[in-house]
Amino acid sequence: MAAITSQPVVSAKLPGWIAPLAILIIAFAVVPFIGSSYLIEALLLPFLALSLAGVGLNLLTGYAGQVSLGSAAFMAVGAFAAFNFNLRVEGLPLLVSIALAGGITAAVGIVFGLPSLRLRGFYLAVSTLAAQFFVQWALTKFGWFSNDNPSGVIDAPKLTIAGIDFDSSTGRYYFSLIVVTVLTFFAWRVASSQTGRNFIAIRDNETAARIIGVPVLRTKLLAFALSSFIIGIAGALWAFAYLRTVEPAGFNLDRSFQILFIIIIGGLATIRGAFLGAALMVVFPVVLSRVGSFLLGDLFDSGVLDMSQRIVIGTLIIVFLILEPDGLTALGRRLTGRFRPSTPEPVG
Amino acid sequence: MKNLKTTVKAAVAALAIIGGVGLAPAHADEQYFPLQSYRVGPYAAGGTGFFGGFIDYLNLINTRDGGVNGVKLTWDECETQYEVERGVECYERQKSHPNAAAWNPLSVGIAYAMIDRITNDKVPLITVNHGRTDSTDGRVFPYVFPLLLNPYSETSGIVNYLASREGGLDKLKGKKIVVLYHGSPYGKETIPIYDLLAEKYGFTVQQIEVPHPGNEQQSQWLTIRRAKPDYVVLRGWGVMNPVALKTAAKVGFPASKIVGNVWSNSEEDVIPAGEAAVGYTAITTQASGQQYPVLQEIVKTLYDQGKGNLEDKKRIGSVYHNLGIVNGILNVEAIRTAQEKFGKRTLTGDEVRWGFEHLKLDEAKVAALGAKDLFHSINVSWDNHEGDGYVTFQQWDGKKWNVVSDWIAPDWKLLRPIIEKSSEAYAKEKGIKLRTAADAEGTVTTN
Repeated sequence: MAAITSQPVVSAKLPGWIAPLAILIIAFAVVPFIGSSYLIEALLLPFLALSLAGVGLNLLTGYAGQVSLGSAAFMAVGAFAAFNFNLRVEGLPLLVSIALAGGITAAVGIVFGLPSLRLRGFYLAVSTLAAQFFVQWALTKFGWFSNDNPSGVIDAPKLTIAGIDFDSSTGRYYFSLIVVTVLTFFAWRVASSQTGRNFIAIRDNETAARIIGVPVLRTKLLAFALSSFIIGIAGALWAFAYLRTVEPAGFNLDRSFQILFIIIIGGLATIRGAFLGAALMVVFPVVLSRVGSFLLGDLFDSGVLDMSQRIVIGTLIIVFLILEPDGLTALGRRLTGRFRPSTPEPVG
Repeated sequence: MKNLKTTVKAAVAALAIIGGVGLAPAHADEQYFPLQSYRVGPYAAGGTGFFGGFIDYLNLINTRDGGVNGVKLTWDECETQYEVERGVECYERQKSHPNAAAWNPLSVGIAYAMIDRITNDKVPLITVNHGRTDSTDGRVFPYVFPLLLNPYSETSGIVNYLASREGGLDKLKGKKIVVLYHGSPYGKETIPIYDLLAEKYGFTVQQIEVPHPGNEQQSQWLTIRRAKPDYVVLRGWGVMNPVALKTAAKVGFPASKIVGNVWSNSEEDVIPAGEAAVGYTAITTQASGQQYPVLQEIVKTLYDQGKGNLEDKKRIGSVYHNLGIVNGILNVEAIRTAQEKFGKRTLTGDEVRWGFEHLKLDEAKVAALGAKDLFHSINVSWDNHEGDGYVTFQQWDGKKWNVVSDWIAPDWKLLRPIIEKSSEAYAKEKGIKLRTAADAEGTVTTN
């Protein structure tokens, strides 16, 4: 984990908050007016949900150093919990259902985080697989979770908050964007607080952290709880705002790996890394597939095209990780000149 | 200068692609099929066969007849790999193309994600042979059509077939049936229906789960051997099917007493099991083989000219290929039906919906289409979106499937109240007002 932990002390010309603010202004005030429904429904909604999941996992894996392969399971818990709160508690506002779902996911996260008190690294990663398999099994096994729907697939409710209908594609986009903005801000505050520094201390050297008085047990469980909370809400966004349906099989191990790759490629222990990684993992394959079918669609069938796209994406990821092991964030910093020329290149 | 031009062109193309407008402009008279196909991934065998057959039939109509009453059929494919979010992306990509006739994703997961979307767009969604059972109720799901067979009818069809093997429904009394099902929402969907039918006809049923993916079934089959059932119903998926047949042979349970459901009925399910599959029987809505006139025409018009969609000509007439062809027939005839009312022109999605709701192909019409014995008949109405499909049973002889039963009717009357209960609950949950026959006659005539 050769991650960059602190911002380089370089005199940037602009204050640090300018860039995020500019992005937010564009996201809120420009994109909904110029974006087509394709851009919003097929690209931005999954991008927002997976970015948020990446932010959540980054708290746990990037900052606190606990590798987890259970992210998709926590997304599933969040989606199904929000569905059940919304269904079974009459008159509960949707946002409250989603927040409570985050709470349930945090509780589940703590339970599956308990092995982290004894296990580390790959062993912990394998033990979080238990969450992945257990949750999928439980959601399929017990019909109660899906309201005894015979095929086990749930329908998302309409997105309505305080009587305002968010069901259009722009509405879904605003809904997701607001949730993601608030939670990302929250994650950023956590990461730059004492708690965040405790996370980093545990990641870098657990024994040393214990000696300087970091409560290791509590901090690790807190990392699991906060991370699962955010991932659970990301799962609810994925189900309610993006797909509008959920089946347990949609939250499989592949999704967990996808989220892990998002933060590795984006940059561990950075907030923006989750967004950059999600952009690469969500948008890039789609663009490639559209360009492919646009240029070569008449020559090859869609199966051949899809296989060749996988090869291209796989190769690019390998090349990229060799050239820039610290992820897109580090690349971005270098490009914008926030690394001084004299700064030694990260060894990798 | 030339370089600059190319760059500009590329930039325009890229922008067009991203903006979702990079699609061919609409022709005057065309009807477009967005195909969310899957040719790679774990379910590619089903996807290539089904979409191959579907495309072959559309191609046949264009080549032989010049389209449906002069309206050309067009399509393009978008790869989903059977994954829901890829299916949604494909839907968003393809829906901007004008003149869409109907969606045919051949995936329950993708179909679920599309129900709200296509209902807003007013374009039909066809889930032939599978899909959400309660979408049979056209009062609640105006645009969803689980044509020919839904999972409940399939269950009833299998039980009726077993009864015919025993010599009548009253002979089922005291018999013992084991259902071996895939440990997924799909596999569990029919559990209450088997229980209901067991109670009604007086047989005992034991339902045993095989966890996904099902490549180890020793303990389940030992349980079955101890239970000594008269029949085993295999409700499998993918690798679970050949493993079940092989394990059955290993524990000495005869394949002739195993009956497969609609996702355990293809060549891909039996060939890997080798000798162990000989004598195994499975349900189908469309017989396999190349002897039907419509298949002969497809071979003559397309494959002999090198224009067929299947890469492997040996798969012509396989279970999935014929399902694709039957699906093509149903889609095309729905368009033809709607054209009779609205005129021989490009139709809106809602007009095609009207066509599906008046899709009536009796045995004579099916024979005229060159599909006699390929499938039986269909009779869709505004409130019955399944259309009373008949089923038949085929036995595997080690090389090919042979039809071993008559066309069998599921017990639709028994199932309808259960379906309505579920669809009405859905309508209540979503605040949907039940549609009436008069509502179904009104159509939106602009795209």
